[in-house]
Amino acid sequence: MADAPLVLGIETSCDETGIGIVRGHTLLANTIASSMDEHARFGGVVPEVASRAHLEAMTPTVDAALTAAGLKFSDIDAIAVTAGPGLAGALLVGVAAAKSYALGLGVPLYGVNHLAAHVAVDQLEHGPLPKPCVALLVSGGHSSLLLVPDVAEDVISLGSTVDDAAGEAFDKVARVLGLPFPGGPHIDRAARDGSGAAIAFPRGKIDDGTLDFSFSGLKTAVARWVEAREAAGESIHVPDVAASFQEAVVDVLTRKALQACKKYDVHDLLIGGGVAANSRLRALAQERCDAAGVRLRVPRPGLCTDNGAMVAALGSDLVAAGVRPSTLQIPADSSLPITTVHV
Amino acid sequence: MLVLAFDTATPAVTAALHDGERVLAERTTIDARRHGELLVPTVEQVLQEAAVPLREVTAIVAGSGPGPYTGLRVGLMTAQGLAGTLGVPAYGICTLDAVAYGSGLTEPFLAATDARRKEVFWARYSDMRTRVDGPFVDRPADVPVNGLPVVGAAATLYPDVLGDGGGAPPYPYAGALAALAAERLAAGVPLDPPRPIYLRRPDAVVPGAPKRVTA
Ligand SMILES: [Zn+2]
Repeated sequence: MADAPLVLGIETSCDETGIGIVRGHTLLANTIASSMDEHARFGGVVPEVASRAHLEAMTPTVDAALTAAGLKFSDIDAIAVTAGPGLAGALLVGVAAAKSYALGLGVPLYGVNHLAAHVAVDQLEHGPLPKPCVALLVSGGHSSLLLVPDVAEDVISLGSTVDDAAGEAFDKVARVLGLPFPGGPHIDRAARDGSGAAIAFPRGKIDDGTLDFSFSGLKTAVARWVEAREAAGESIHVPDVAASFQEAVVDVLTRKALQACKKYDVHDLLIGGGVAANSRLRALAQERCDAAGVRLRVPRPGLCTDNGAMVAALGSDLVAAGVRPSTLQIPADSSLPITTVHV
Repeated sequence: MLVLAFDTATPAVTAALHDGERVLAERTTIDARRHGELLVPTVEQVLQEAAVPLREVTAIVAGSGPGPYTGLRVGLMTAQGLAGTLGVPAYGICTLDAVAYGSGLTEPFLAATDARRKEVFWARYSDMRTRVDGPFVDRPADVPVNGLPVVGAAATLYPDVLGDGGGAPPYPYAGALAALAAERLAAGVPLDPPRPIYLRRPDAVVPGAPKRVTA
């Protein structure tokens, strides 16, 4: 696709200012500025801090992405931007940037759904998506199971969390165990020295016949377990607690993902989002996919966490599909439904 | 010189084009909740009305606040983005300076806008062009009015303490912002980069120990 248009993608739905540049499904730049360090002491992302950081970071991050790709602004053929879901004030900075670039360059704008972009990004690494595929998206902000007949046109929600996102549960359990924010990588690391079978933590909604998730009860169960041991004056083996908690999360995630594949007779599963970097999730998903005859696709970690390349990838699909561009009046929609792939 | 100016730091979404001598076009919509949706169409309308293509603009100016942050950032991000793609400079001018300039006053006065949370953003001027103190954020009763007239929407919002002066103009209309910018540029006065004046820290509390779930 040497003559496919150059698409610049902008992602600001949470704490990462991400700029990606693609031509077709070829990744040319994926530059990220994160404000995570500023949020860490608050134990979670502070929306106003994130919004301020996006405004500070946008221009330098775009410049860095253009430099990395060896391009000038005027080379860009289309702009794609996360229009939602996400933090309202954070999204607004990205959408304002995208509109100003589209207006200034005289190129089309594509406002896209953040979750669909998490699916589309895998094409930059593993080529075109099988149609259909099932996608499991897990991060600090989302836990969703999707049926994806066509990522540019048609994405169907099969299930999502009824309370906490999976990544949120990691953060909260990390706090209980005295591990730093964000909790995911720290729990993953601690769990390597522990046994996932040490403590039988509950699996929320495991066999309830839905494809929804629940992690709030698990989080509370871990806190109760730790508090009971502390009250009894017993020491806590953090690696065992971390491993057993992690096992409960990934057991439910992978089990439901494969239930979805079976129910819809789909043979390709894609896992994305920050939690897709979890080593136990990758291992158990691979094991269960192999057993079920399902092909597993997981983008490399830099494409799993929020980034601009995913937005550019979906934008590129929209251009290729001949989708009508967005107007320069589109709002940022913090609760954009997944059924709306583009606005 | 062709200055495109806009401000989104108050409920007014306002844009104007100035050729160094006069305002060629100005549009303003009052809608405190839709800055992100309204700004670009407003800019497009102004360009169309003046029959000027965007690529002929030589400088972009945005009101840099102080003002409620979500809207404020839309204007400043747009200024940076247009400047970057057009290859022209972008500047920020204090939003209260545009209110002050629009008043046309030649005597000392205050300009004050709504900061929400029962506070106001304000600054003191010796005349329409000259800020001598501020900007600050304070409760209306704590603003040292000292008998000076007060312009800006805060005067009509808190007439008992800020009412002297009647509050006109209520907003930083972009025509005034553009004219002020053109004046300063022509005089060779260095302008600030398009960066926000916040005056408040983000609301965020460092958490203590995790809450116990068992009694
Ligand atoms: Zn995400």
